[in-house]
Amino acid sequence: MEVTVRLTVNGQPAEGSAEPRTLLVHFLRDTLGLTGTHVGCDTSQCGACTVLLDGRAVKSCTLLAVQAEGRAVTTVEGLAALLPPEARVEGLHPLQAAFWEKHGLQCGFCTPGMLMTAADLLSRKPDPSEAEIREGLEGNLCRCTGYQNIVAAVRLAAERLRAAGAAAVGGEAALAAGAAAQGGAP
Amino acid sequence: MIPAAFDYARASSLEEALRLLREAGPEAKLLAGGQSLLPMMKLRLAEPPLLVDIGGLAELSGIRLEANELAIAALTPHAELAGSAQVAEAFPLLARAAAGIGDLQVRNLGTIGGNLVHADPGSDLPAVVLALEGRIVLRGPAGERVVPAEAFFLGPLTTAIEPGEILTEVRFPLLEGRTGTAYVKHPHPASGYAVVGVAAVARLAPDGRVEEARLGVTGVGLHAYRARAAEAALRGRRPDASAIEEAVAHATDGVEVNGDLYASEEFRAHLCRHHMAQALREAVAAAA
Amino acid sequence: MPTLFGTPLRRKEDPRLITGHATYTDDIRLPGMLYAAILRSPHAHARIRSVDASEAVRAPGVVRVYTGRDLEGRLGPIPTAWLVPDADLKTPPHPALASERVRYAGDGVAMVVAESRAAARDALERIRVDYEPLPAVVDAEKAMEPGAPLVHEEVPGNLVLHWRAGNGAEAAERAIAQAEVVVRRRLRNQRLIPTAMEPRAAVAQYNPATGELTLWLTSQNPHIHRVLLSGALGVPEQKLRVVAPEVGGGFGSKIPFYPDEALVAFAARDLGRPVKWTEERSENCRATTHGRDHVQEVVLAGTRDGRITALRVRAVANLGAYLSTAAPGVPTILFGLITSGPYAIPHIDVEVFGVLTHTTPVEAYRGAGRPEATYLLERLVDLYAREIGMDPAELRRRNFIPAHRFPYETPTGLTYDSGNYERALEKALEALDYDGLRKEQEEARKRGRFLGIGLSSYVEICGLGPSKVAGAVGFQGGLWESAVVRVHPTGKVNVYIGSSPHGQGEETTFAQVVADELGVPVEDVEIVHGDTAQTPMGWGTYGSRTTPVGSGALALAARRVAEKARKIAAHMLEAAPEDLDFRDGAFQVRGVPERKATIQQVALQAYLAWNLPEGMEPALEASAFYDPSNFVYPFGTHVAVVEVEPATGQVKLLRYVAVDDPGRVINPLIVDGQVHGGVVQGIGQALWEGAVYDENGQLLTGSMMDYALPRAGFLPPIETYRTETPSPVNPLGVKGVGETGTIASTPAVVNAVMDALAPFGIDHLEMPLTPEKIWRAVREAEARKGGAAA
Repeated sequence: MEVTVRLTVNGQPAEGSAEPRTLLVHFLRDTLGLTGTHVGCDTSQCGACTVLLDGRAVKSCTLLAVQAEGRAVTTVEGLAALLPPEARVEGLHPLQAAFWEKHGLQCGFCTPGMLMTAADLLSRKPDPSEAEIREGLEGNLCRCTGYQNIVAAVRLAAERLRAAGAAAVGGEAALAAGAAAQGGAP
Repeated sequence: MIPAAFDYARASSLEEALRLLREAGPEAKLLAGGQSLLPMMKLRLAEPPLLVDIGGLAELSGIRLEANELAIAALTPHAELAGSAQVAEAFPLLARAAAGIGDLQVRNLGTIGGNLVHADPGSDLPAVVLALEGRIVLRGPAGERVVPAEAFFLGPLTTAIEPGEILTEVRFPLLEGRTGTAYVKHPHPASGYAVVGVAAVARLAPDGRVEEARLGVTGVGLHAYRARAAEAALRGRRPDASAIEEAVAHATDGVEVNGDLYASEEFRAHLCRHHMAQALREAVAAAA
Repeated sequence: MPTLFGTPLRRKEDPRLITGHATYTDDIRLPGMLYAAILRSPHAHARIRSVDASEAVRAPGVVRVYTGRDLEGRLGPIPTAWLVPDADLKTPPHPALASERVRYAGDGVAMVVAESRAAARDALERIRVDYEPLPAVVDAEKAMEPGAPLVHEEVPGNLVLHWRAGNGAEAAERAIAQAEVVVRRRLRNQRLIPTAMEPRAAVAQYNPATGELTLWLTSQNPHIHRVLLSGALGVPEQKLRVVAPEVGGGFGSKIPFYPDEALVAFAARDLGRPVKWTEERSENCRATTHGRDHVQEVVLAGTRDGRITALRVRAVANLGAYLSTAAPGVPTILFGLITSGPYAIPHIDVEVFGVLTHTTPVEAYRGAGRPEATYLLERLVDLYAREIGMDPAELRRRNFIPAHRFPYETPTGLTYDSGNYERALEKALEALDYDGLRKEQEEARKRGRFLGIGLSSYVEICGLGPSKVAGAVGFQGGLWESAVVRVHPTGKVNVYIGSSPHGQGEETTFAQVVADELGVPVEDVEIVHGDTAQTPMGWGTYGSRTTPVGSGALALAARRVAEKARKIAAHMLEAAPEDLDFRDGAFQVRGVPERKATIQQVALQAYLAWNLPEGMEPALEASAFYDPSNFVYPFGTHVAVVEVEPATGQVKLLRYVAVDDPGRVINPLIVDGQVHGGVVQGIGQALWEGAVYDENGQLLTGSMMDYALPRAGFLPPIETYRTETPSPVNPLGVKGVGETGTIASTPAVVNAVMDALAPFGIDHLEMPLTPEKIWRAVREAEARKGGAAA
């Protein structure tokens, strides 16, 4: 049995046919061709598949595509577009720019998930301490960097976002996150 | 990674969810946040023929303060528990335990109801619900019933919930008097589940003696439990080091302690005593 | 001319990686593509009575099911490619799918090819395999005992290799017998699961009209994969293209030639449709190679005043159920030859037994052999220091090979290229305020707090290596590297290299080198790698070799281009080549700065070829194949500071100082990143990681729920420092830095924890140092103390 799933992905309406058992990550990758979101484990530990659902970081491997029906999903491909152009750095989300500048990635496989989790983290805590960043990234594994430059990158991005007066998650996703916090759908 | 195929139905109301469950029979499962169920299904440790998705039910959302209790609806995500000023004010240990569940992403989707119904032996919230003497509200074909926390957790992944029932909310009686709380956890370094988690509520008399201590323990036994013998050992005593030491000697009385690769029965029992002592010290300090 | 060498440029590879526009193997989708899933044995050892795939074949979406029988005569066995000589090496056959017997839980039994991932996965459950379970052996020492179950009938005693190194067993024995102090210890270097974040994957496409087969593969060495696949599959090399697209980490686990990619390629050819296979993580835990797994009996002899006189090592290496591609070389060449580390040890005797067991095959894992050697040496040096009551820093200082003795020949026959070991140690002690910290430790102990300081000095053999040495040690390949530097008519540059970086950043560091050599902007240089159809032969990225060996080829090729450009420029400027200065990307006639030709102008003329010097060929490119004259030997000292809570056994890392000498540094940002990551992987081994089997051969740590990897919150910031001692071996004076952190950090952390536990009389515990182990040891120590008092 296949069902039609309609949702908003990176600000655009998207639609595809999927079995109910199709995980959101496979729907994004295989059906919509958005391969920036990765699969690194099968037990919801590694965080490589993290996307924003209505502005909040979730593991797209632990969510059915049908559960995202009618909701807003942001993947790494749409991260920069969450912010107004003036808040971007060289066209990138300040998190992306900071990961680049601080060498917060090596093989890059965990990076999209790290970025999306960090975006949620900064939207909750615009000025996190080093310990809060490390704690906030506990759901994302990296085997290359030892996390050090990832932490440095998140700090740098936080500074830049504060300096620009911008929220880490802006646009429609932020509106959706606000709505969810008001007691909408969990 | 890929669950076995199943049918899917999205309920638009609690009544519809109850009806779908009733029609489908006992093998059907409810889907709330999915953070416990979907991992089991991905490994094909669970293969329900039908999922009834209640994730969108507004009637199962929200935190409500009433005269003498806080009612937390089933679909309240852990992140909301962790971030709620109301929860932090009334039950700081609940906020703290919720903030330590899984990780940010899991807390964004995982719900209190799903967590309690899943009843993983290493899950944090059952210990807290036990220590707070939460009352679990179940709706079924025959109407509503309320189960005290201690009668709810029956075994690993086993609770008092009957087929066809839905956990709708948890009611926590507000704390009274000079009461302090704490939640102390030794997380597994890989899974993040509690190897040992101890939730403590301590109410002190005006003279500083313990009027009541309530201890919920997770990770240690086949299911979360109240450490009744330890509680009893403290009652009426000054909560000094020796009283706490004597009390925690009973931390695992009557409990078949889990052993695994990470922590043997013996070490787990030791950690339980150690963390229970710490939780008690913290709770007493918070009460004083 | 401003130089890019030594500049912390941000990486050229990153824009695609941070925006989701990189292409990893699993991202590839081809028209008509099928999906494969592999049925793996649940038993560690069993006879296969029968495999019945009839129901699976009829399942919806299933195109084909292959069993071991279907492959007989059509797909060759999986080869071992490091045939260590003088080791009585046995290489039992490794079929791509087992048809008679399974030898570890994870051994492939059948492969389903279907129209979707889900259909392939579902069909696995419909294959009926009738197994007759047989007794299994998972412990290497037990596998050597008489009567132990045999993994392969043709390998008696499961002993697959027996190898020795050193400068004389008898002399070592005499030195030990005569020594004032002898420290003996049995050490276990536990089995690890490499856990690259990207699971393995393969996509194959076959064109029946041309006979060409393309395999996209998560590979650290696509050229080696092509050679081996060509042999197994019978597709001639010129029709076979292997592409390693973006690769999400390897750490050694993507070196081997696995059955899985051979099967995918086979199926694509057999079915005439593209086939993709992607490993699940739990499959990765079982069916991707593991690392380490030694039991070592070590004897260190020395004088009362702290001079090491001899080292004897007897190691039993568990190699798993089949000999993986490079497996024999890891516990021998890469381990035994480096056991003397940074110390001048007169007598060395190393004996290694390689043993098969009913477990996942063991291969290279970050450091590969060198961490196992460094761990035993640095542990024993600390035990020796404790035995004679000497500060462990002072003991190291006394035994270091002094800076004036390089090049230094070791008793195992290596020639260390360059070093100043004491300088690195002193720098670490200074960064740490070692003396101050020792006082703090003493004070803390009085207050019942247990701090520990652990040192680890190391030297690493890397930059593998001279090909004649590769031949001498049985490596079935060369170990040179290649580069083609092609300057296009517009002066933009492509560089094609034979090695295959996958996260180490050589697209940037190599561009820096070429930009310097040719005087072009670094933005104008693109490094192309990983595709056998585009790049010249090369031997891959492992053993910290891509920068030291690959950059040799790169520098030579770039210099050849620059030389040709100079001749063209001289012709254009009507001057003698030796009268030109090359600076800021232009050739200038010395003393006449306005007479100049930029490299871009030269490039255009080289392609137009209207007026080249007599006899000169058009175009502007050169290639080089660089075979180094020696390995390179980075070194350093790392120090960990920990606090141990005896009541819970918890270890808290307070500080970590790393001083590494990787020779000359091209990009310090990247070098620091390599050190951070390496250090954390080594800390993982010390404190958290360990693959554990039960006695029946079931992997108890088969998922990320059980196998504990380092997380951000477990770690302190790593404080990195460097000394720079250029290597005389290669044109740029560089050494490798990909593995140093992992090699150094494991013993540093264990030494720190043992230092913290010294007041309890505890001097050794096996890794990983989990809370329970520490708690038990403390409790037993206190019971002993109590018993003694009573």
